[in-house]
Amino acid sequence: MSDNKIKITINGTETLCNREDTILKAAKRAGVHIPTLCNDERLEPYGGCRLCIVEVKGVARPLTACTTPVAENMEVVTESDTIRKMRAHVIELLLSNHPNDCMRCEKTGDCALQNLSYEYGVDGSRYEGEKWDLPIREDNPFITYEPNKCILCGRCTRICNEVVMAGTIELTGRGFNSMPDTAFRKPRTLENCEFCGQCVSTCPTGALTDRKGRGKGRSYEMKKVKTTCSYCGTGCNFYLNVKDNKVVKVTSAYEAPVNQGNLCIKGRYGYDFIHHPDRIKTPLIRKGDKFVEASWDEALELVADKFNELIKKYGREKVGGFSSSRCTNEENYLLSKWVRCAIGSNNVDNCARV
Amino acid sequence: MSDATNVKDLLIRVCVGTGGLAAGSQEVIDEFGRQLGDRGIEAEIVKKCVNKTGCRGFCAKDVLVDIIIGGKSETYQLISTDKVGRIVEEHILKGEPVKEWLVGPEYHSFHDRQTKILLKQCGHIDPEDIQAYLAIGGYEGAKKALSGKPAAVIDEIKSSGLRGRGGAGFPTGLKWEICSKAEGHPKYIICNADEGDPGAFMDRSVIEGNPHSVIEGMIIAGYAIGASYGYVYIRAEYPLAIHRLKIAISDARSRGFLGKNISGSGFDFDIRIKEGAGAFICGEETALIASIEGKRGMPRAKPPFPAHKGLWGKPTVINNVETLANLPAIITNGGKWYASIGTEKSKGTKVFALTGRIKNTGLIEVPMGISLKEIIYDIGGGCEKNRKFKAVQTGGPSGGCIPASHIDMPVDYESLMGVGSMMGSGGMVVMDETTCMVDMSKFFLSFTQSESCGKCVPCRVGTKRMLEILTRITEGKGKEGDIELLLELGTNIKATSLCGLGMSAPNPVLSTVRFFREEYEAHIREGICPASVCKALRRYVVNVEMCKMCGKCFKACPSGAITWEKKKPASIDKGKCIKCGACYEACPFSAIT
Amino acid sequence: MPDIDTLFLFGSNPTEGHPIVSHWLKKALRKGAKLVVGDPRKTWMARRADVWLNLKPGSNIAMMNGLVNVILQNGWENKEFIAKRTEGFEEIREKVKEYDLDRVEKLTGVSKENIIEAARLYSHAEKAMIVYGLGVTEHRTGTENAMAIANLALVCGQLGRPSTGIMALRGQNNVQGASDLGPLPATLPGYQSVADDKGREKFEKAWGVKISPKPGLKSVEMLDECRRGNFKGIFILGEDPAQTDPDLKHVWGALEAVEFLVVQDIFHTETTKFAHVILPGASFAEKDGTFTNGERRVQRVRKAIEPLSGMAEWQVLSRLSTLMGYPMNYNHPSEIMDEIASLVPIYGGISYDRLDNGGIQWPCPTKDHPGTTTLYTDLFSRPGGLAKFIALDHSGSGEVPDEQYPYVLITGRVREHYNNGSMTKRSAGINDVVPEELLEINPADAKQLNINHGEYVKVSSRRGEIKVKAKVTDRSQAGNVFLTFHHREALSNILTSGFRDPITGTPEYKSCAVRIEK
Repeated sequence: MSDNKIKITINGTETLCNREDTILKAAKRAGVHIPTLCNDERLEPYGGCRLCIVEVKGVARPLTACTTPVAENMEVVTESDTIRKMRAHVIELLLSNHPNDCMRCEKTGDCALQNLSYEYGVDGSRYEGEKWDLPIREDNPFITYEPNKCILCGRCTRICNEVVMAGTIELTGRGFNSMPDTAFRKPRTLENCEFCGQCVSTCPTGALTDRKGRGKGRSYEMKKVKTTCSYCGTGCNFYLNVKDNKVVKVTSAYEAPVNQGNLCIKGRYGYDFIHHPDRIKTPLIRKGDKFVEASWDEALELVADKFNELIKKYGREKVGGFSSSRCTNEENYLLSKWVRCAIGSNNVDNCARV
Repeated sequence: MSDATNVKDLLIRVCVGTGGLAAGSQEVIDEFGRQLGDRGIEAEIVKKCVNKTGCRGFCAKDVLVDIIIGGKSETYQLISTDKVGRIVEEHILKGEPVKEWLVGPEYHSFHDRQTKILLKQCGHIDPEDIQAYLAIGGYEGAKKALSGKPAAVIDEIKSSGLRGRGGAGFPTGLKWEICSKAEGHPKYIICNADEGDPGAFMDRSVIEGNPHSVIEGMIIAGYAIGASYGYVYIRAEYPLAIHRLKIAISDARSRGFLGKNISGSGFDFDIRIKEGAGAFICGEETALIASIEGKRGMPRAKPPFPAHKGLWGKPTVINNVETLANLPAIITNGGKWYASIGTEKSKGTKVFALTGRIKNTGLIEVPMGISLKEIIYDIGGGCEKNRKFKAVQTGGPSGGCIPASHIDMPVDYESLMGVGSMMGSGGMVVMDETTCMVDMSKFFLSFTQSESCGKCVPCRVGTKRMLEILTRITEGKGKEGDIELLLELGTNIKATSLCGLGMSAPNPVLSTVRFFREEYEAHIREGICPASVCKALRRYVVNVEMCKMCGKCFKACPSGAITWEKKKPASIDKGKCIKCGACYEACPFSAIT
Repeated sequence: MPDIDTLFLFGSNPTEGHPIVSHWLKKALRKGAKLVVGDPRKTWMARRADVWLNLKPGSNIAMMNGLVNVILQNGWENKEFIAKRTEGFEEIREKVKEYDLDRVEKLTGVSKENIIEAARLYSHAEKAMIVYGLGVTEHRTGTENAMAIANLALVCGQLGRPSTGIMALRGQNNVQGASDLGPLPATLPGYQSVADDKGREKFEKAWGVKISPKPGLKSVEMLDECRRGNFKGIFILGEDPAQTDPDLKHVWGALEAVEFLVVQDIFHTETTKFAHVILPGASFAEKDGTFTNGERRVQRVRKAIEPLSGMAEWQVLSRLSTLMGYPMNYNHPSEIMDEIASLVPIYGGISYDRLDNGGIQWPCPTKDHPGTTTLYTDLFSRPGGLAKFIALDHSGSGEVPDEQYPYVLITGRVREHYNNGSMTKRSAGINDVVPEELLEINPADAKQLNINHGEYVKVSSRRGEIKVKAKVTDRSQAGNVFLTFHHREALSNILTSGFRDPITGTPEYKSCAVRIEK
């Protein structure tokens, strides 16, 4: 273990880091914040946004922390007047081609670019040149694309190709007109897209947003409840975003051990059933061909009486219960206990086998 | 027939480089065949004596034809099919050269001041015939290299002092050494033939004229670093070069110079051609690697350098065409021989594509350290129409502009860097007094901006903003502070860009501001383009003293800006003038300026 | 997992069934891992495979025996591993001799070249992993299929080291937890057999009741008994057998016959149609609890909103039990987990306060145990710690195509929907992109039957028929067709057969014979 550790100096403080670390990782380990827009730990280092530039002793040019591997006794300075000026200049350039309509932007309050503009105190007003004026793209039910807000960090295209390997989007064009897009600018359909929303989960600005959650509340207004997905057996975590006792959106839990913020179409967008009008909200008792609404007390007393009656009439061995792999551990345990204790048989099974 | 002896000793060499072909050299060859055939000479013999060659550099005078009879060579210039009959009749059959079509003294001065190692055989041997290459000692360098240890090859190249001809001039031997010691297998050698600078055609000419020299160079390099596989990354816009390279690779394979156990050395090596789709950025080595791997051509940050982690993550050396084509001669003649040419730090020769406002445009090979003056005046013959030489742009669109005041400076890596330019791959664009430096910077910046891959912010957005400022200056809308903003942008873009393209893109602007700041100021403060290039800043005025009152300008003007009556000088209404220049063109007396 | 150098994917379509697991596999592929895919369907992975074993449905054992035979014939086996960590090798060596390439090619439909290449890739890999799915288990020979896979892994010694082994991808979110925690007729929570006196007594003491040492009925047996009039009352918690069980007409008959049926669910389903009382369920957003994923990781489910009906299942069950005379008093699901921890050794160290940072993988016997990431590093879970080879024979599917029903129907999932579709079909957008059931049929078969893409066809089996749209695609091989089971409008389980694995009771969802008509 120890021979895998090397010593570097960050801002004058010695720190141990892993031999295979980049400067950015080592700094994070040491609790030193370096700004970045194009970095996502799910992805290969990119070095496109240039914000993580740092000074390394003995190297004339600033280096990007996200791409530069550490070396024994490396001396790194992450903040200096020169570095701050260069970063400010980069942010200024980004903002010079940005709508800067934060007031009505879906991402406000949760936007990395907005935060950097604030932190570095710059806007793009010194440059009066061309700004993109492209229409919003809502060609599918899930993902809204506002190209004008794109900063070309490449995270969406990389996650689509490196992680999902769906090949839905890639950078297109050259120069100022480069932008992420689908092949031949076709609308997103199942033919070219899985609708997993990984691109949305990694977008640092308001360029890619979840269409279903738009306008439903600011990030900071949401109660975010971390939970485990209830679809397949992978066990992905995510946050249910709750506003006014309603689940309005699902957002990524990047720290989740299993999925690291990634989700599939079901996990990310399959939540509306929670508040669907078809939900059964009260107990129902069959009367002939119809179901009649009943109170909990009424229904549970009926069920209890009926089961007790069946046990009495036919014996414990003629009554049982099925549980489901869809239910929680606690519910499964409880059903097993209920059948064995309240009914008194071993006639309990779950659908794991089917 | 009595002429049979003549024909047997006859050799007709016609340039079939892209330049030559464009000027009609294939038709000229066909015409020679027809004319000789008409005179009863068998097709077989004609085929033997008509020899296609690659470019010899002097493209301004294409089609160039050598007629060699009994070892005596005469060169014709600007030959077209209608001239062939007379050459056959008078020169070939009667032994009397057609004097008025022979090349002039500039042909000789163009060539005499050059030192040709690389281009020596271009223009002499048939590039589609491996036999021709073997006849001049081809593949001897590779054989020699393979007979020794790889480390010995690296040492030889190190002693030659050869530096990469693709841009920054990294010592080739050192690069090989790093790669040969890097961990990881297999290793790769890549030939960078993605020549993208506007007006540059060095690599194309070498491949078209002598493809085997590149293949031989790759074998030597591959052996030195321990690579058994090589790629040639070449732009698809070079169909002739690709065609000849394919022939050459196939011939080299069938002769056992490529494939398993080359020349019994136990070394396996083969080459594959990868055609690029013409993105300028793919000349950058990491973008080139991405392109070969099937990804979008975008550079990545270094380190790690390709010598450690290159193609498919394996140690890789990327050398450009010129670097590789130098290797056979270096191995054959020894590193010391090569090091005897050039300056202390820049060894050997360098090929330049001489273009722009210069008389003798073409491809030249000169020893390192030659002065700019020698290139421009002695070889290039000075500016067109004997105008005043103003500046020269070296290093392609991302190089810098060197003013006339530096004309005596030597051309080598360090000197060029010293004046804010660079060697680059060898473009040399000459400008005269009719060139506007702001407009020129705008041109180069619009090139780099539209070729920016879009990956990093400074290059993608920063060059766009610089271009916009330059555009407004050339449109007469420049503001106080624009020059300072350009300098600030340029400095930051250089410092923060990801790859060489962005780091050097501001160079044309920064170097012209440095040497021609007064031109920028004239645009901004006085609303004048001193070179009268920027249309919006042109002012057309009638010189009353020279005006002969003919009224031609009045008739030519499309916007009714000229007032003129018979026997009265014309005058131009600035408000109505759209600066189209029609009056200027129409005036027979140069009275409009 | 990304360090694997050969991945053998067998009977699993993770890009559809387990999209996030597929990311890990894709990562390995991007790093250069070789890929062998055994699947009758030309899945995403099959298209990218170095070798695609396009075996006929139901020929898994023949396939595995054939691979093992090739490996032994060529001396590619891991002799040291076999000698040190296994037993019963001689038996299998003799058995696979019967599976020569000619015979295996005939039984599986896979070319000899591909069989040899797959065997070579897997046996020569330094770190090879087998990932299998329901294409292995959902056959009447499901258990044997899984054993046959284990034979292959054992022969090559691809077990017990990082990035090797066998990984089963199971279907549902808490299929692991539901098995762990005892709604099973023969075992008490934590796989403790009802027949084992010591284990049973522990529960009897804790629960204060007597438990019969005799196993109860499996769900299918309960349904069978219902049809015969021998079973009288069922409580179904969150299950929809009337859509998702095979041979639906049989199931419907049973549910109709039972005297009293209580179903608790969040939506009306095919099953609630038969209920006498329907109790509202709480969705996963409305309650606290835990799920255990396929890698045995126990993770938290957290309540985001109040239950729409006022009560979550754990509260309902507690009240019901109390009303029936067996009082249950829990204030919070964490108390249920504490009780589980006290009775189930593999969950012994698990409590809610430990689950806040990413969950714990069982076995986790004590409060200070960190959980277990890899099983079987040193010893296998058998007496003596040696893995046993089991010689197996090919027997094929329960129902094979014939003149009357000439096509093999394979059923499975698509990425966009889930099981009976009750949740995904009610999620905006998802139902727009995949609104209905589609029969995947090979272009050659479609041509022969004169079926066009998007046309309605009738699919029938010996048990019934449904009408669906055809999707002409080479994802299905000629002779095979594919349906999901997500859509109430086209209940594909009307068609599936009643054949089951005799050991686990798992139905043969992956193969039955059907006819297709316009």
